[in-house]
Amino acid sequence: MPAYFGLFRREILLSWRQGGEIGLALGFFVLAVVLFPLGVGPETEILSRIGAGVIWVAALLAAMQSLDRLFTADHSDGGLDLMALSAMPLEGVVLVKCAAHWATTGLPLVVLSPFLALLFDLDTAAIPILVLGLLIGTPALSLLGAIVAALTLGARRPGMLSSLLVLPLYLPVLIFGAGAVEASIVAGARPHLLLLGALSLAALPLAPYAAAAALRQALD
Amino acid sequence: MTFTSEGELVAEDLACRRGQRLIFARLSFTVPPGGAMVLTGANGSGKSSLLRLLASLLTPAMGRLLWDGAPVLADLPAYRARLHYVGHLDAIKPALGVRETLGFWAMARGGGATLVDSALAEFGLSQVADWPCRWLSAGQRRRLALARLVAIAAPLWLLDEPGAALDADGEACLQAAIVAHRRAGGRLVVATHQPIALSGASELRLGDFAATETLAEF
Amino acid sequence: MISRLANPTRFMRASGAVLPFLAGVTPLVLLVGLYLSLIVAPPDYQQGESVRIMFVHVPAAIMAEGVYYFVALASFVALVWRHPLADIGAQAAAPLGAAFTLVCLLTGSLWGRPMWGTWWVWDARLTSVLVLFFLYLGYIALANAFDDPVRGARAAAVLALIGVVDLPIIKFSVNWWNTLHQPASVLRAGGPTIDKSMLIPLVVMALGYLFLFATLLLARMRTALNERRVRAVQLSAVPPPPAGASPVLR
Repeated sequence: MPAYFGLFRREILLSWRQGGEIGLALGFFVLAVVLFPLGVGPETEILSRIGAGVIWVAALLAAMQSLDRLFTADHSDGGLDLMALSAMPLEGVVLVKCAAHWATTGLPLVVLSPFLALLFDLDTAAIPILVLGLLIGTPALSLLGAIVAALTLGARRPGMLSSLLVLPLYLPVLIFGAGAVEASIVAGARPHLLLLGALSLAALPLAPYAAAAALRQALD
Repeated sequence: MTFTSEGELVAEDLACRRGQRLIFARLSFTVPPGGAMVLTGANGSGKSSLLRLLASLLTPAMGRLLWDGAPVLADLPAYRARLHYVGHLDAIKPALGVRETLGFWAMARGGGATLVDSALAEFGLSQVADWPCRWLSAGQRRRLALARLVAIAAPLWLLDEPGAALDADGEACLQAAIVAHRRAGGRLVVATHQPIALSGASELRLGDFAATETLAEF
Repeated sequence: MISRLANPTRFMRASGAVLPFLAGVTPLVLLVGLYLSLIVAPPDYQQGESVRIMFVHVPAAIMAEGVYYFVALASFVALVWRHPLADIGAQAAAPLGAAFTLVCLLTGSLWGRPMWGTWWVWDARLTSVLVLFFLYLGYIALANAFDDPVRGARAAAVLALIGVVDLPIIKFSVNWWNTLHQPASVLRAGGPTIDKSMLIPLVVMALGYLFLFATLLLARMRTALNERRVRAVQLSAVPPPPAGASPVLR
């Protein structure tokens, strides 16, 4: 148990001290969001209609960008070997790394999202649904992304490959998350949020299992 | 500290696949308590692969590994708890501190931090213990990687070119650590180009086990 | 029987015997199917003659999904039993599945044009098939992304298994998304119930596609096996590296 806390603490320390990383993901998030009004036109009618979807897509893209932080560095400096030989099973290592990834990528996205929602003049009743949806859905993004990050370790052009692989996995999260905001105006966001929660909960045991299997292949 | 396990490390008919070729086959050896085995061979003959195989990071294409008569695969976590693997890479993060790094790997092994400071001292790193790792020289980084060996006790040491990048002082520290380890009953398998004074060490020339046949599947 | 075929040599012999038969039957079945679809089947009450695209489109959709399940099954066998032919089978099947997916997408687009006036309709099935296409592309890309083909095969196998779990979730979520945003403007096969006159051509075409798949799969697997044999011979002809001269291989 203390080993897991030690690993979590180490991951957070590394993100913190290596500075730029957290900032880059957030910067990308904001940039991606800001591009849309520039591309689509500033009419608030259109923007408030597409706002939730845009913010969700940008969150997905920012998460995709940050996936190589999970395992690449440890794979290339030999740390992954040592983690595989440690007292912690690889599944546990993956889970802790996902938790740290979420704390340093997903959570800041959630915090930033209401401000971006204002840029799109989203309905004030819709903003809490957006934030709640991101809060519930971003852990799934970290967990599912970990599988892809583990699978692409050592591949040629891992960045492009990861983006292609992670898209079908992220799609349901996007649909339910953005759909929740839509639905909150009309009928009620509960079913969407519950489905989002189901995705995150299902990913919790399954993703570490799959990612650990992929990591073992990478170490072989 | 003495290692109470009297078990030998026994390899039976090991074969290793890298890519689509077998790099060695029909490899068998025994390393008794207190024993040392030096791996020699040309580049590409499989020294690093054999060490990774012994560390259970690779699965052998054929053959098996036994510790104390029992197959290693039957209880992998227990086997892994008994070994230290120091490969080419140091697993050191520039942003973390020296003592922080060693403390983390000790904790990851389920051990306490009690031996961390003595380990740093044993490898001449006490004075830089509070430094961030990015300030270390190549020799100091190697010493930090090796200090893991004594921060947590384990009876089997698997070392891949430990002397690379080590300065004369570092080599002396390593030498002393190895001698103490073997005297306590520990076992050592090391791949090295440099002469490490190892009394009574057996030599395994990997070139002798080069595989001539291709994989049986095709 | 499967394990008896596991030996690559036996597989080559068995497939070599079956392949000519399959190669002969396939065009026959397809021709019969096309005749039934284009000439015998009646035009639709609403859609007229353009409904005939359905006979190409729907079986392609069925095959697209079916082949993915095949790839996933082969991947499962490859991972659990380390069956050498399973990897080969999965990787041979994937581009075929991707091709069926592409046919489905293109014919779906063609079908939609006279109906809805647009070249693409974001209905549930077409969107799911589009995502399926990305699943195939991802699988093929991952399998070929590594210098070590064995690593590529194993990683792709894991991906296929994840994909097969993901596929129902994707279909469910796309359906969900579709009902949220528009009424079901679905390119459905001729109406709520399929008339028998439409069903038979559909089944025959599906059968034809199945034979086509089997033929191409066996041909591709035989080619892949031969390629591996050539490579094995080439590798064994390489002399062992001289002392200290060659680059380090780990």
